[in-house]
Amino acid sequence: MSAERAAPDSLRGWPPPVLDPAGPFAAPLHLLTWVLVGVVVLVMLVVLLTLGVALFGPRAWRKALGGERLVWIGGMGFPVVVLSALLVYGLTLTARLSDAPRPGEMLIRVTGEMWWWRVAYLDAAGRETLQDANEIHIPTGQPVALELESSDVIHSLWIPRLGGKLDMIPGRRNILRLQADRPGEYGGQCAEFCGGPHALMALIVVAHDPAEFAAWRARSLQPAAPQPIVTGGARVFGRAGCGACHTVRGTDATGLAGPDLTHVGARRTLGAGVLPNNPGTLAGWVSNSQAIKPGNRMPAYPVLSGQDLRAVAAYLDSLE
Amino acid sequence: MTDRAESETGFDPALFGRFPTDGPRPQGELAKLEAIWCAPKGWQWITVINNNYVGVYYVGAAMLFFVLAGVLALIMRTQLALPMNGVLSQESYNQIFTMHGTVMMFLFAVPAVEALGVLLLPQMLGARDLPFPRLSAYAFWAYLIGGLAFFCSLLFGLAPNGGWFMYPPLSSTTYSPGINADFWLLGIGFIEISAIAGAIEIIVGVLKTRAPGMTLDKMPVFAWAMLVFAGMIIIAFPSVILATTLLEMERALGWPFFDSARGGDPLLWQHLFWFFGHPEVYIIFLPAAGAMSTIVPAVARTPLVGHWLVVLAFLATGFISFGVWAHHMFTTGLPGVSVGFFASASMAVSLPAGIQVFAWIATVASGKMRFNTPGLFVLGSLLIFVMGGLTGVMAAMVPFDWQAHDTYFIVAHLHYVLIGGMVFPLFAAIYYWAPMSSSRPLSERSGRWVFWLMFAGMHIAFLPMHLSGLMGMPRRVYTYAAGRDLEWPNLISTVGAFLFAAGVLVWVIDMARNFRPFGQDAGNIHDGGGLEWLPTGLYSTRSIPIVTSLYPLWDQPKLARDVEAGLYFLPNAPTGGRETLLTSPINAEPQQLLPMPTPSGWHVWAAVFTAGFFLLLTVQAYAAALISGGLAILCLLRWCWFLDHPARFKTADVGGGVRLPTYITGPASHGWWAMTIALIVCGMVLAMAVFSYVFLWSRDTRVWTPPPPLIWLAMIVALNLLVAALAFLANRVLTRRAQSGPLLAALFVVLAAGALAAGWTIDLQTWRQTGLAPQLSGQGAMVFAFLSWHGVFVGIAAIMAIYVALRWLFGHLAASRIVTVQLVGLFLGYCAFQGLVSALLPRLFPGA
Repeated sequence: MSAERAAPDSLRGWPPPVLDPAGPFAAPLHLLTWVLVGVVVLVMLVVLLTLGVALFGPRAWRKALGGERLVWIGGMGFPVVVLSALLVYGLTLTARLSDAPRPGEMLIRVTGEMWWWRVAYLDAAGRETLQDANEIHIPTGQPVALELESSDVIHSLWIPRLGGKLDMIPGRRNILRLQADRPGEYGGQCAEFCGGPHALMALIVVAHDPAEFAAWRARSLQPAAPQPIVTGGARVFGRAGCGACHTVRGTDATGLAGPDLTHVGARRTLGAGVLPNNPGTLAGWVSNSQAIKPGNRMPAYPVLSGQDLRAVAAYLDSLE
Repeated sequence: MTDRAESETGFDPALFGRFPTDGPRPQGELAKLEAIWCAPKGWQWITVINNNYVGVYYVGAAMLFFVLAGVLALIMRTQLALPMNGVLSQESYNQIFTMHGTVMMFLFAVPAVEALGVLLLPQMLGARDLPFPRLSAYAFWAYLIGGLAFFCSLLFGLAPNGGWFMYPPLSSTTYSPGINADFWLLGIGFIEISAIAGAIEIIVGVLKTRAPGMTLDKMPVFAWAMLVFAGMIIIAFPSVILATTLLEMERALGWPFFDSARGGDPLLWQHLFWFFGHPEVYIIFLPAAGAMSTIVPAVARTPLVGHWLVVLAFLATGFISFGVWAHHMFTTGLPGVSVGFFASASMAVSLPAGIQVFAWIATVASGKMRFNTPGLFVLGSLLIFVMGGLTGVMAAMVPFDWQAHDTYFIVAHLHYVLIGGMVFPLFAAIYYWAPMSSSRPLSERSGRWVFWLMFAGMHIAFLPMHLSGLMGMPRRVYTYAAGRDLEWPNLISTVGAFLFAAGVLVWVIDMARNFRPFGQDAGNIHDGGGLEWLPTGLYSTRSIPIVTSLYPLWDQPKLARDVEAGLYFLPNAPTGGRETLLTSPINAEPQQLLPMPTPSGWHVWAAVFTAGFFLLLTVQAYAAALISGGLAILCLLRWCWFLDHPARFKTADVGGGVRLPTYITGPASHGWWAMTIALIVCGMVLAMAVFSYVFLWSRDTRVWTPPPPLIWLAMIVALNLLVAALAFLANRVLTRRAQSGPLLAALFVVLAAGALAAGWTIDLQTWRQTGLAPQLSGQGAMVFAFLSWHGVFVGIAAIMAIYVALRWLFGHLAASRIVTVQLVGLFLGYCAFQGLVSALLPRLFPGA
């Protein structure tokens, strides 16, 4: 069980993702973090040293410290200098990182749902061209603008290696710009407590180099293409009513409540980063997702036999 | 300041020259004092109101909640020790982390520092008791009963589960359909009440009951901290009162304040909550800092260096802390200008903290530090607090906050600040002041164990959390997947948490073995310089000294002896009952011999029914809640009935032949101060409602319903002006006309309440005729929120009118007994103002 439930490498904590940036929106935050750590350690040393002298220093030194002069210098002069410098640094950086998206920048709408991520790729006019879930595919080397929305409660999208976090608030639309310089997978997780299984709401950003991204996009725009061998699974899928909540483009499954499954077989994880994706975990998830991610909105299907489960898992796995 | 012409009240400071008087005092005087102040016997002990008792109970109750919430933390740390651990279910974890935060903030931190004030202030100020002892006893009982019942919601799985800041829409009925969230909203209703009652008590106590001669520049630094603390409660708590009221109305009635689909906005909650929530952190910190600034000089045996800088730092903290709330919202997409403002203010608020830290270091340098338990705790506090402050500066850097926000980095930061800034000072205070209340001091040997276990446990638990945050661990997660490298930092944190808890356990054992309150106290074993170390009995000091310096016991070696010999003010009980000196706010010139209430059951019953009201409301037993609320009001009125009662003598000798009046009125009286402060609270709620209204208007893209015809507004304005005029006239006739005065005054008060109700009814009915409904839009919700809020005041005014009429009927109104009508008049005047604002704003803005 534990090996099966191990998180994907993109969600690993070492090296700490905040200190391992992979794009121009995260790199300045990385530098800033080290500058701040340096300042904190330095100030802490100054305070410790002063306190040490005040407690154990020679009489003359203690006498020099024991007056209002120390309060003015240590409590006012020193912090004003350090804080002013930091403030200028921080506000300049804030302004620089808060630029609005440039015209023509790729737009992806990410909607927070309890407890997964609805992803839609938009064209220049803002129309949705492609729906997906729990994975965001981006081309490398260019900024991408994410339109953050929520369909229920407040969530917060955080991909630490690509940039800071931004909240998804019902009734508002926030824009988060990210960029990955190198192809790879970058993990993230919901940061704002959103009830129930908030702890199990992760996602992965997959960065492709631009040519590969175009190929991925073309592939994804195709409707589902299940192999003939899995038609039994497709029938189970239909009979069990899965299409009431899920869409599989090209079939009569057109539900909108749950994640789009047109290319579910190509995803890296199941249940928003909870399980690796393979026929075994797919069968387990369909059978009783409540045991894997308690509180999620998908009911358990104890009515499905082992054979049905294997069939439906094979069907889903084939949707690549 | 010593010249009579410059005197604040006309009191001649030369009279101070009569003290210390020539002894000895008459036989039997002390026995009489003891008899007057002795606590009720048997089961009636529950009615005690003396701060010597209530203060100890209060601190004890707060520490009980500290231990309970700490146990919750241990359960959470056990769950997080291993990945995908199954000690707790998801739902239990979510309830437990919510309760841990809520209980620590609302049932431990604020009450604990308030309790410290109740226990210490009268002693430090040389007063026999706080000015409203029954009010603080009421606040204590409401807090204890309500708090325990609220905590028990956990046992039934009904505890709130949305996090201690309860963000909507997660806390709305759609996503939190159970009564769990209502427990939170109503459960902290009585905490709000008791916090505000305590704040009124502390402000009036600090400004009006200081020992003669204790001018503001000789006032102990702890009293300054408590004064700023109480002022901040007055400004900050109304915001959370409004927020919880609005959210409960949204939940119970479907009014969409926070529902973006119907013209509300979830960010309105965040603004209201953090306008309270961030000052809250300093509300908790300031009294603890005041305790630090008292204990550091005592353990270093030297006056505080930079006393005035520290006092100014308190004031600056109080001021700046109201400009930092949105730093909890840097990741919500705030506009750039606001981000710049709040980032700057968040940096600036660390300056006063720096001043205090270096004042403590300078004090340590100028004296000779003793490494006893209080000494260790103040040093530990200093180090932990500085670290928390520095990570706070990190988080105030907006781009860094984009990474750190809502992660374990922030969990680490806030625990460093709160444990360093509040918990360690509190333990220093407990070890330092225990000998003032207990016949035995706490054990030094245990104290060292407590300190080192807590100090080590604190760092082992929270230092790794900075890292787990940077490693991508969000806060409020009930588990984490294996293989994310989060195992080690979490396991270490869990070990640290248990070490910390072991320290607290040693302290509990130490308390059980050594803490023996309510008898002879152990005395000034730490050689402190403040009045609280004077020899005392249940009546506080034998006589009330004249204060001539910041550290009277250090500067006047004979003071303790003379005070104990009864050679200063009030060595006896001139009116034969409980009493203390009321002095002027700036120069502490004696103004009145203030009669004090005696123990009675009414405030206890009022507290029981107040807590009952909120709890019954939570479980939706509305009829029972109404009955309980009605009974609470009856008990309150019964408790007030025998107030405003002139003593037999107009003036009394308070020692040395100095005569003071026993009954005073107007701005000199303590009741006037309390009412004025209470009305400031009401005004702040109103101001926050105005903000909410304008905020929702600025967010709503739809057309707002035009107001009713303005002729109605003219009528409402006229009626409210009439209310103010009648309230003024009621006071005037009562003092000017001996014969017809009482009847006319009662009549005017009743008429004023009637006019107020008429204005409100017109306001309500004309809005209803426009077709605006509270469920349909943000505008409707806010307009009817104004009307509901004002409706409550109309109801209170009606009750007051009946009360005044009854007092007339029983002959309790006279030119010599005018305080009741004065206070009711103040209240009616405020109601008129509120009626005007809540009618004018929605009708004129945005207008037709």
